[in-house]
Amino acid sequence: MTIDIFLQQLVNGLTLGAFYGLIAIGYTMVYGIIGMINFAHGDIYMIGAFVSLIGFLLFSTLGIASVPLAILMVLILAMFFTACYGWAVERLAYRPLRGSPRLAPLISAIGMSILLQNYVQITQGARVKPLQPMVEGAYRITLGPDAHLNVSVLQGVIIVLTVALMLGFSFLIQRTRLGRAQRATAQDMSMAGLLGVNVNRTISVTFVMGAALAAVAGMMATLYYGVIDFYIGFIAGIKAFTAAVLGGIGSLPGAMLGGLLIGLIESFWPLYFNMEYRDVAVFGVLVLVLIFRPTGLLGRPEIEKV
Amino acid sequence: MEDAARARPPLASALREAAIAAAVAAVLAVPLLGFRLVDSARGLSLDYRFLWILYAAAAVFAGRLALALTAHRIAPRLGAAFRDRAARVTLPENFAVRVGWSMVAVALLLPWLPFADRSLMSVATLVLIYVMLGWGLNIVVGLAGLLDLGYVAFYAIGAYSFALLSLNFGLSFWICLPLAGILAAFMGILLGFPVLRLRGDYLAIVTLGFGEIIRVVLLNWNEVTNGPNGISNIPRPTLFGLHFDSPYKMPAPTGQGFAEFLGMSFTPMQPIIFLYYVILVLVLATSVFSQRIRRLPTGRAWEALREDEIACRSLGMNPVTVKLSAFAIGAFFAGLAGCFFATRQGTISPESFSFIESATILALVVLGGMGSQIGIVLAAVLLIGLPESRWLRELAEYRMLAFGGVMVLIMLWRPQGLLARRSPTVTMGDGAGSPAP
Repeated sequence: MTIDIFLQQLVNGLTLGAFYGLIAIGYTMVYGIIGMINFAHGDIYMIGAFVSLIGFLLFSTLGIASVPLAILMVLILAMFFTACYGWAVERLAYRPLRGSPRLAPLISAIGMSILLQNYVQITQGARVKPLQPMVEGAYRITLGPDAHLNVSVLQGVIIVLTVALMLGFSFLIQRTRLGRAQRATAQDMSMAGLLGVNVNRTISVTFVMGAALAAVAGMMATLYYGVIDFYIGFIAGIKAFTAAVLGGIGSLPGAMLGGLLIGLIESFWPLYFNMEYRDVAVFGVLVLVLIFRPTGLLGRPEIEKV
Repeated sequence: MEDAARARPPLASALREAAIAAAVAAVLAVPLLGFRLVDSARGLSLDYRFLWILYAAAAVFAGRLALALTAHRIAPRLGAAFRDRAARVTLPENFAVRVGWSMVAVALLLPWLPFADRSLMSVATLVLIYVMLGWGLNIVVGLAGLLDLGYVAFYAIGAYSFALLSLNFGLSFWICLPLAGILAAFMGILLGFPVLRLRGDYLAIVTLGFGEIIRVVLLNWNEVTNGPNGISNIPRPTLFGLHFDSPYKMPAPTGQGFAEFLGMSFTPMQPIIFLYYVILVLVLATSVFSQRIRRLPTGRAWEALREDEIACRSLGMNPVTVKLSAFAIGAFFAGLAGCFFATRQGTISPESFSFIESATILALVVLGGMGSQIGIVLAAVLLIGLPESRWLRELAEYRMLAFGGVMVLIMLWRPQGLLARRSPTVTMGDGAGSPAP
């Protein structure tokens, strides 16, 4: 393999990894704080993608020609509305089940996922929705006489935006009062409540933040792939969850690392093997990691007590 | 929380709650109900229907108001009392047995009832397939406490085993049935061996991944599985060599037909009723097995492990072998059900074995109340039978929407399942030692 193909796939993999990482953060935060797999999170991402697509069409009918302005406004709109969906899902389907048997919230989440998918399918139609490319152009970096590396402007935007969001997010978790409340609730919910943390609000905020990040991923996916449908949330959701487990569930840097690794595996796999079995490879890696390092790459071992 | 609600005038507080809910609903409705993406020849365009936002807000307002008023009026008197009592009442063991036997009687007599036509029998057969899958998964999830989100993989293995064995080697249904079960159980052991050491949620996600892997392999291994087109012309079962094919079928069926043997004329109902009885026998066998195994050391070990893994390990049990046996036996029943599914459909393709099937089966187990066999039957009739019935068929577009909604609502209403009976078969002394839920 020549260096240019390697670097090209590296860039493509980083872009994919950005999507998975952003979605994985939502899974890992929710799991860290209330210990449930938020099965509907992939569909929240799908809703983010649909809200973005509708936003782009709306702005183009309104005649806003400036692409960066449109992207910025759609980003804000998508984050707001998707966060509302995330909040509502938690309030309706998960909060009443706090303290019930462990499987109850999971089933409720699976039900919510089916509900959201079919809601979008019915209201927006089942056909694949295309979007004209909005951000065009690419940087062409010459590596040698016959070797070039193409980085599209969009890939650059995605990677920069993701890195910025993740840095801002780490700051939020590490340094602010809200982040401290979240970490406290994740460690011990009842103790945090006794010490004056508003546990319900903290959990709601966690869902809102996860949904907003998923909306960013949804918007970027709409721009990057140019087609979306109501089913994109399922596979993206499973892979992002795989990323969260791979990195160590409950750990934020782990979610980012896991997303990156999944993205790289997906982009390098077709170079050597059959493209069709790419998803098999992702889950194969998950199984291997769980067997040899059950807490994930960056997770802390959990000691089970009697 | 209830006290605070009581302190305020009930109507004012209910109105306030309803207004908040309606406002939230309106915000949620803006992007996805207020706008509609329209496909046209020139590409995608937007359609506006802002009235729908109002409808959604009004519907939520009315619903929330009704709920708040009735809950306030009724809950202290009726609702809570009913809920408390329902939680406390433990039906006598005898009762479940009686209900069970009457269900068996109804199931046996169903084909001979006057209203039993083609469509009812095919819905009943479908419900029974899901009951069997539900009871099979109940061994894994309900008894052994292992969360399996990829149960459909074993169902698929059973179905493809029968299809491939019968078409490539000419083996009959009755030979393939145990083979399909054994193959599925073998796959269960193969998968379970590395992953059963994992904690519950990790196990869930690995089994989910396994289910997807099986589906992807079935979809892409064209030489063997015929890819997305699937396998068709799967033979039907025979009864001691008597086939149930129409004598006018082309090519003409070989051997003697059932109707011919008895000197009756062939009716199209005969094969349907025969298939119904085949799955009924399989379902009853599953039921007897899972009731008996709870009294054997293996079943006791599953329940003990579910309640407290650390205590079991301290007593010298090997958790991996115990879990492996539950996993393999659960997979075995899924294999049997898959084998029957293949012969009943005549055609199988990977799309019958997607994640939504696993979710449906798990939903049956959890909604029915884990460990409760009758609960699973109830849930199967409710979730599988009702949507398939001819009255609701017209609403097919909204079927999955309602399915998801009902899953959420039942969980909110009864988080422990419709009929919860998850207590271990044996406890210490007078039940004082029964574990906390």
